[in-house]
Amino acid sequence: MATIEAGLASPEHLEEEWHEEPGLGSFLTTVDHKRIGKRYLYTGLLFLVIGGVESLVMRIQLAHSNLHVLDPETYNQLFTMHGVTMMFLFATPVLSGFGNYLVPLMIGARDMAFPRLNAFGYWVFLGAGVFFYSSFVIHRLPDAGWFNYTPLSDSVYSAGPNVDFYALGLIFMGISTTAGSINFIVTILKMRAPGMSLDRMPIFVWGELAMALTVIFALPALTLANFLLELERRAGFHFFAPAGGGQPLLWQHLFWIFGHPEVYLVVLPALGIASAIIPTMCRRPMIGYTYIVLAEMAIALIGFGVWVHHMFATGLPSIGLGFISLTSFLVVIPSGVQIFAWLATLWAGKPVLTTPMLFILGFIILFVIGGLSGPMLAAIPLDQQVTDTYFVVAHFHYVLVGGAMFPIFAGIYFWAPKMTGRLLHEGWGKASFWLMFVGFNALFFPMHILGLRGQPRRMYTYQPGHGWDSLNLLETVGAFVLALGILVTFVNWVWSTKRGKEAGHDPWGGETLEWATTSPPAEYNFENIPTIRSREPMWDQPELGPHGQPVEAGGRGLGGGHNTLCTSLLEAEPEVVVPMPHESPWPLLLTIALFFVFLGLVIRSPFFWGVAAGAGVISTAGWFWPRGQTQET
Amino acid sequence: MDRVSTGRVDCGRKSVAPVVFFAAGAALAVGGCTGDSSIVSPKGPAARSVAGIWWPMLIVATAVFVFVAGMLLLAAARGRRKTEDEAKVTPRWGEPFIVIAGVGVSGAILVGFFLFSLARVQALTDAGRRTALRITVTGHDWWWEVRYPNGAVTANEIHIPAGQKVKVALESADVIHSFWVPRLGPKVDMIPGMHNDLWLEAEEPGIYRGQCAEFCGLQHANMIIRVVADPPADFDRWMAAQAEPAAPSDAAGRQIFETQTCAGCHRVRGTAAEGAVGPDLTHFGGRATLGAGVLPLSPANLRRWITDPQGVKPGVTMPPTTLSAADLDHLVTYLEGLR
Repeated sequence: MATIEAGLASPEHLEEEWHEEPGLGSFLTTVDHKRIGKRYLYTGLLFLVIGGVESLVMRIQLAHSNLHVLDPETYNQLFTMHGVTMMFLFATPVLSGFGNYLVPLMIGARDMAFPRLNAFGYWVFLGAGVFFYSSFVIHRLPDAGWFNYTPLSDSVYSAGPNVDFYALGLIFMGISTTAGSINFIVTILKMRAPGMSLDRMPIFVWGELAMALTVIFALPALTLANFLLELERRAGFHFFAPAGGGQPLLWQHLFWIFGHPEVYLVVLPALGIASAIIPTMCRRPMIGYTYIVLAEMAIALIGFGVWVHHMFATGLPSIGLGFISLTSFLVVIPSGVQIFAWLATLWAGKPVLTTPMLFILGFIILFVIGGLSGPMLAAIPLDQQVTDTYFVVAHFHYVLVGGAMFPIFAGIYFWAPKMTGRLLHEGWGKASFWLMFVGFNALFFPMHILGLRGQPRRMYTYQPGHGWDSLNLLETVGAFVLALGILVTFVNWVWSTKRGKEAGHDPWGGETLEWATTSPPAEYNFENIPTIRSREPMWDQPELGPHGQPVEAGGRGLGGGHNTLCTSLLEAEPEVVVPMPHESPWPLLLTIALFFVFLGLVIRSPFFWGVAAGAGVISTAGWFWPRGQTQET
Repeated sequence: MDRVSTGRVDCGRKSVAPVVFFAAGAALAVGGCTGDSSIVSPKGPAARSVAGIWWPMLIVATAVFVFVAGMLLLAAARGRRKTEDEAKVTPRWGEPFIVIAGVGVSGAILVGFFLFSLARVQALTDAGRRTALRITVTGHDWWWEVRYPNGAVTANEIHIPAGQKVKVALESADVIHSFWVPRLGPKVDMIPGMHNDLWLEAEEPGIYRGQCAEFCGLQHANMIIRVVADPPADFDRWMAAQAEPAAPSDAAGRQIFETQTCAGCHRVRGTAAEGAVGPDLTHFGGRATLGAGVLPLSPANLRRWITDPQGVKPGVTMPPTTLSAADLDHLVTYLEGLR
């Protein structure tokens, strides 16, 4: 085992140790965080297309009153899967994908803390996505809404397997999200390069940490809710059904105790993307770093105390509602702090209007609009009027699409050169931005007004004569313009990865460590683990270049083995060199076994899921079987 | 910009991208924020109280937006004239600005609106101890059952005396529904196993449209309720009449109703039809719509509804009924005659 101080690492030796032979074998067994991160991105964007097509079909049905493009059952399946897809299969995985790709690079590590767990997280995400959509084959997509309220979702009112696909799919997906979050937390707290104390950590990494912590505390409520629901649906329990002494509101509490933090955990890393791009594009350090970090953590924390504002109309006692109303008002403050910190940085700096920056400016505009309709929904009486109308639909699309999808697209333009070695085309990028921005506002702004005019959500059709028709048509047109804008970026990506301008290692003049690697980075990321002396190392440490940091300047080669450096939690003092695991087939095999366990539960065949569970036990044993001295987890 | 005025109400909010908002603005100008379901055209004290929260919040939100968006665009424009060195200077106002604007000013506004809105919660939930008329509305998949204290039972149409507060007890027979008449006041959910209620008051006689606001399955979209506010004297007559048994109507039609599947689900008080699954049809002929608002009541629509309810309202519990043309005529005449 190498010692911490052991210096020299030859690139050839590292190459030999870390190289994964291209081909099907390594495709199925890879543990490289960069390959896994890109997979999260590609798969997540594929689900964006699926969820987007679902919304376009719904917008066609709603373009005018009394249309018959969709029957009510299909409409209910589409709006349910649109929500499930965009929240669980697009936003969360894509943001995990950015984190997976970037966190080890930004903190100067050679991989995530648990590379095989990382691979497992991706495979389970893919498996859960396939699981949800396997119900499409038998036209039994979940149809009780992404919120899946009981008793509508119990076995009396939803007898088919639709809701089983929902409940079991979310439990399955939860395994992936939990595994990923544990990995992020350990990686961020224990794998930072020497000298990168917590107060020098990039804000993007703080965002991923906030997201991971939120998942760990929020997700158990959702998993529990779905577990109880399945017991009720198949084993005759009565947690929610009033006939047996259950309480329908219990589901709502459990769902929203998870559900509102879920909304924030989508936004938190997206805010981190904004905080990564703004300093680079303003050519100066962020003003108010500490405030932004505190604000991110405050959002994550307060997010656990606002869930009842989804239930203001359920008839709960008003004293309880009052507390939740106050926290819902106050959660706006940390978002405001971040916006004003960005404004100050933009004002003091020299903003360069590149495509990523355009997306960030657009994001701020949209996020502010969404942030201003938030307090309106925190005001109890006003919420009781507009909840479950299109006003709410407008609000959360401004926050989630404006607040997460626009930063995601900024991130695509910003980091694609790192991932592919080539810049995306700026002109097409700007065209894509304007189409998306205009289309988005034409789609979602009128929803505020329709909500005020009393159009409820989740209706497959509506009658003429209520002043709803023309705005709905405008929204449908806007939806297609938005879709076109997204398509332009996809085409841009495909074209630019072949013919785009060579990026070099640091095309934007960035300040964080991912730019101290080649584009794309070597499989081992850094020849020498750098020593950090600043919050903006690329700006303050001129020795950092495409090959990291030379040994003379403090770089640690760790003997050039298949290893990385573990450091202390607060100050990032070097502690120990940890060997990193190689490729493994077990994460994939375990995922396949789990997939069939869940499928067996849906078709209610104990034999089927029993056999699959046995395969799962064998896969787990294979994964953890002791092999000599190296603990490879 | 998308500031739009219809003379009386203004529902625009500022944003950039003028092109799209001119388009949006033009569309808005046609209809404004009025309409038969608009929360900003209140016709009851509860809705009026909420609209009184909406307008100040909209004005403050617009001001905040103009400030932030203006600063943002100005910062982007100023950037071009700067040198890289100028950009590196950290201004002394930076962090104080974040604290004052982000925590101080925002916090004051937010807490202010919290207290302002909280003060109106009590007014909505406790509208006086005086027990006035109390009616019970029960949500069913996908229609509304309405019961009056004098024994009158009707469906999908609530009559109330204008200018008086009515206590509405809200129940559900199956899944969660939500009772909402936007121009009269906020919605309250109808949750099986729970007993919620709300105060309903219309300031003047008229017809106020409402709709189920909580997703309740296939026909959530067609679960519409009409609140008819009558002058108090008219209301008293109406309620007394509704409690009476059915008026005599087409005898042949009555026999068909009682012997065909109809009577299995529907009740017509004073006849042998005593079903309790579907809406009470004792005074059906006096209602304006059928199928919980899916169609206006007319002989032609009624014929369509009886023979092909699944075509009109896919998923509805009512099965199709096959009758000869003559029998159908009698049945329709009978139902129309139940005034």
